[in-house]
Amino acid sequence: MATSKPNAEPIIEINELNVSFGRQDVLRDISLSVPAGQTLAIIGESGCGKTVLLKTIIGLVRPTKGYVKFDGQRIDQLNDQQLTRQRTRFGFVFQNAALFDSMTVAENISFPLRQHRPDGRASHDEAMLARLAEVGLPTAVLRKRPAELSGGMRKRVGLARALIMNPEVLLYDEPTTGLDPIMSDVINELMIRTRKKNPVTSIIVTHDMKTAQQVADRIVMLYPLTRLADEEGQILFDGSAHELECSKDRRVTQFIHGEAGDRLMEMNENSEEGQVV
Amino acid sequence: MSTGIEYSPRPRRGVLSALIDPMVDLGAVVLGMFETLGDMTLFAMQTLRWLVARLPSKESLYTNMYQIGVMSLPVVALTGTFIGMVLAVQSYTQFRAFGLETQLGGVINRTMFRELGPVLAATMLAGRVGSAMAAELGTMRVTEQIDALSSMGANPIQYLVVPRFLSCLLLIPSLTIMAVFMGVVGGAAYCVFLLDIDVHHYSANSKTYVENWDLLYGVIKSVFFGATIGLVSCYRGFHCKAGAEGVGQAATSAFVQSFVVIIVLDLFLSIMLDNIYSYLWPTSPMLLNG
Repeated sequence: MATSKPNAEPIIEINELNVSFGRQDVLRDISLSVPAGQTLAIIGESGCGKTVLLKTIIGLVRPTKGYVKFDGQRIDQLNDQQLTRQRTRFGFVFQNAALFDSMTVAENISFPLRQHRPDGRASHDEAMLARLAEVGLPTAVLRKRPAELSGGMRKRVGLARALIMNPEVLLYDEPTTGLDPIMSDVINELMIRTRKKNPVTSIIVTHDMKTAQQVADRIVMLYPLTRLADEEGQILFDGSAHELECSKDRRVTQFIHGEAGDRLMEMNENSEEGQVV
Repeated sequence: MSTGIEYSPRPRRGVLSALIDPMVDLGAVVLGMFETLGDMTLFAMQTLRWLVARLPSKESLYTNMYQIGVMSLPVVALTGTFIGMVLAVQSYTQFRAFGLETQLGGVINRTMFRELGPVLAATMLAGRVGSAMAAELGTMRVTEQIDALSSMGANPIQYLVVPRFLSCLLLIPSLTIMAVFMGVVGGAAYCVFLLDIDVHHYSANSKTYVENWDLLYGVIKSVFFGATIGLVSCYRGFHCKAGAEGVGQAATSAFVQSFVVIIVLDLFLSIMLDNIYSYLWPTSPMLLNG
């Protein structure tokens, strides 16, 4: 596992970030700083706001309060053109790959190039083939449609598409969810190789502990707001994989060891309540 | 991501609540409607802004034009033909009672040119294309493809909405002309071959009641209808709720809302275009004939 440079400047700064949808608060007072070159894993149970945090970083979700700074600029204060320019410096690997159904694999991978560098078809093909090789897919898939690919192949095509613009930051949203253990390991290995080959900062949202421990320099654990008291912080843990293992917080140990604990009691109470009603 | 607040009625008890609750619920519905209307207006303005700022690629425009225009031609032509024939069937008995059956051509043609042609083409387009566009864009929203577009620095409105809107706007006049033509042909064929109306008189009366303005009248209406279908359907797709149910609802509401707006617009456009006609040609015999 490679580590980030200790004194590297933060490329992403999140300051007292709050996100709400209607009356539902999802993120509360999140403050994080991600140095350039670091691989950060954000873990936490479903519904704790990991994906929302990732989408807020790239400006797909607007913060209700607080801000995200990328390379010194506040994302929520950028105009359309500036935001477009900044987004080309990111690569986003979506949970279900989010490949465009109406396009072939080749068109999907080269989409960002066609969008931002319309001239230079030959160089597009060259870059596309290089990225395809990087994620270990044969050229035979280029003419296929996303619907014809397996889950693991779709994820790899998604990664190739995210890499095509040589991004400075890679955002992964649950990269191993829904994959078999072997394919999960392949994706983990690809993330490690990608970082070795390209000097990128990576933020990986996952609830797969193996991924977090294998790939990340630093792990941050979020907790759902619905389970926290008003004064409690949403970040339960921030440290290395080793420190996570040694954590004494019951909620952290429960998550990393996959124990239902008090959730079982809660479930039983709910079902009893349902029977009474 | 939708930021709309969902208003749900709160259960209250007591006589006063029984009086207040319906008003509160009605207020919530009205607020929701205004919110949607405002949102839709902003969406339309963004679409127009992107239309002016950057034209869509030829590839994307041609693909949408093919799907929206070429693929709709057969169904528009078929329904146009049958509507023309139905008009003949429905009007024949009344006209025959007054011995005016040779005037049927004028009535059928004028109705097709001014009303049924544009409304029929728009209805078919809303049903065939509007629902499909809402379902496609809705699926793209649900499967994060629209977020993926944004994350790669592409504007989803410029990339997805503008070519669809432009295709609806540019091709609906052709579909309207096709519906009108087939309606005229269908009506004439039914009258001449099945109702044995004299060809010469039918043809002469057909020409008397229709002029170039009537064709323009239908085409002008159709442009507004096309814009409505493009905007409403894309808006519904973009604001699709999660899951298969959300996509289904988006497709249904795209058709229903487009159709309602088309019918309301039809009334106002008819009044406006009639006023323009009487202003431009105040002494026209068509105007004097009613």
